[in-house]
Amino acid sequence: MTAIELKHVTLTRGERVVLSCVDAGIAEGEFVGVFGPNGAGKTTLLQAILGVLRPQQGEIRVFGAPAGAGGAEVGYLPQKRSSLGDLRLRGWDFVASAYRGERWGMPILGSEGRAAVRFSLETVEATDLAERPFAELSGGEQQRLLLAQALLGKPRLLLLDEPLISLDPRYQQTVVDLVKRVQRTLGMTVLFTAHELNPLLGAMDRVLYLGSGQAALGSVDAVMTSEVLSRLYRAPIEVLRVNGRIIVVSAHGAVEAGAHLHDHHA
Amino acid sequence: MLEYDFMQTAFAAGTVVAIVSGAVGYFLVLRNLTFAGHALSHVGFAGATGALLLGVPPFWGLLIFTLVASTGMGLLGERLRGRDVAVGVILSLSLGLGVLFLSLYTSYATQATALLFGNVLGVSRGSLASLALLGVVSLAALTVISRPLLFATLDPELAEAKGVSLRLVSVLFLLIVGVAVAEAVQIVGILLVFALMVGPAAAALRLAPGLKTGVLLSILLAVTETWAGIALSFYTDWPPTFWITLLGSGVYLLSLLAPRAARRAAPAEHGHAHTVDAD
Repeated sequence: MTAIELKHVTLTRGERVVLSCVDAGIAEGEFVGVFGPNGAGKTTLLQAILGVLRPQQGEIRVFGAPAGAGGAEVGYLPQKRSSLGDLRLRGWDFVASAYRGERWGMPILGSEGRAAVRFSLETVEATDLAERPFAELSGGEQQRLLLAQALLGKPRLLLLDEPLISLDPRYQQTVVDLVKRVQRTLGMTVLFTAHELNPLLGAMDRVLYLGSGQAALGSVDAVMTSEVLSRLYRAPIEVLRVNGRIIVVSAHGAVEAGAHLHDHHA
Repeated sequence: MLEYDFMQTAFAAGTVVAIVSGAVGYFLVLRNLTFAGHALSHVGFAGATGALLLGVPPFWGLLIFTLVASTGMGLLGERLRGRDVAVGVILSLSLGLGVLFLSLYTSYATQATALLFGNVLGVSRGSLASLALLGVVSLAALTVISRPLLFATLDPELAEAKGVSLRLVSVLFLLIVGVAVAEAVQIVGILLVFALMVGPAAAALRLAPGLKTGVLLSILLAVTETWAGIALSFYTDWPPTFWITLLGSGVYLLSLLAPRAARRAAPAEHGHAHTVDAD
């Protein structure tokens, strides 16, 4: 079954066309890594799949229904965290706040809600963390709680927006392994956006690479080639393989490592 | 001291206002909007002094102005958090207007002091009834919005994706804050609303990381500080506002020390020999 289907999708942010007439299909149970330079439309694409952002043209279907229709089936881990700097609240209440948080009334969970929160925390092995104030946890520990929050209600599709950002390399691999394990256990479809491809090499089934309004979807070997990336970056790009790692290099130097080649196509 | 009518009224009014301030203040601190709360009371000053000039009870002028300003701030939604300068400019303009209205009003000094620093011992039976009614309304409203409010506070991006209207939640919450501020002004005055709305809530967040215990502790601290402040004022003849602010600051300072002490005690409990490292 198809989890996500994009048909001639054009997405815009204000005046700017982010993705232009993109077609892609992602099967249920796939783990897809989403890459591309800053501003290439990774977050925009996830928001469109969520149904928060409507496509300018074309159609997005999630499990056969129009995007946004099956809210509970989609778990989302947003990238921007404007509000968590000094949160003294404990992890449990943070995760629980997302359990049917859109309903009016008091934030009282009931036994069903408590079971859902407990299940999520157990799935990401964060039961102990949940008792501590959020602000006292390390970046990797906070990321586990954010993942637990996204898993509430056992979604069939998980959209993770840059969960590796600001984590040191050691924790990056831990988070990827954790997501992979959870994906297998719950049989979910995962879209995982990141700046760096290498931490995801062992985990992902396919790559979705965005750039210059276009998208390339395929196996790592099919997408990570000089030809495909040069087209997406609109610049000569070389792809090097060193000790099983993939390094993307432009005429100006490494692209991925610094991640500073940017969206001048606006 | 409870044999005096005005003391009974003071305790009753203090209790009502402290419960509202403790509960609303908890979410205000959680949302990082304490400065907005502070500014709302100053906007209220212009309303209260304007009302005096027109011969209307100042409380209603205060309430109307805080509610209008709440709506304006609420419409900014999540963007309010980065607007301290704009909020500060409105704050000073309101105080300036208040000074103008006061200078036009003839019997100036006592009213000004009561507005700026509060006068819990001067609350009348009639205003007690208004305070209680508004308190019940704002607590009921807080109860109804607390679930999406918490979600929108902790995770605005996710909440928006799940269909919460951040702007609606923001406006409704700030309207509740407007009422709570107008109430708190009666006890501690415009300049010291922080003492009731922020001090107990901030201490509670430090002392109790759980949501339910945190809200209850915030209310409990606000009520206790208010009662103790009124009682101490009765016996010392110093203003209750002084005592309430002193107790509020003291409790907050203690709360800063408490978690550190707990953390220092924790490794000892586990007793691992190799945990004797510098922290």
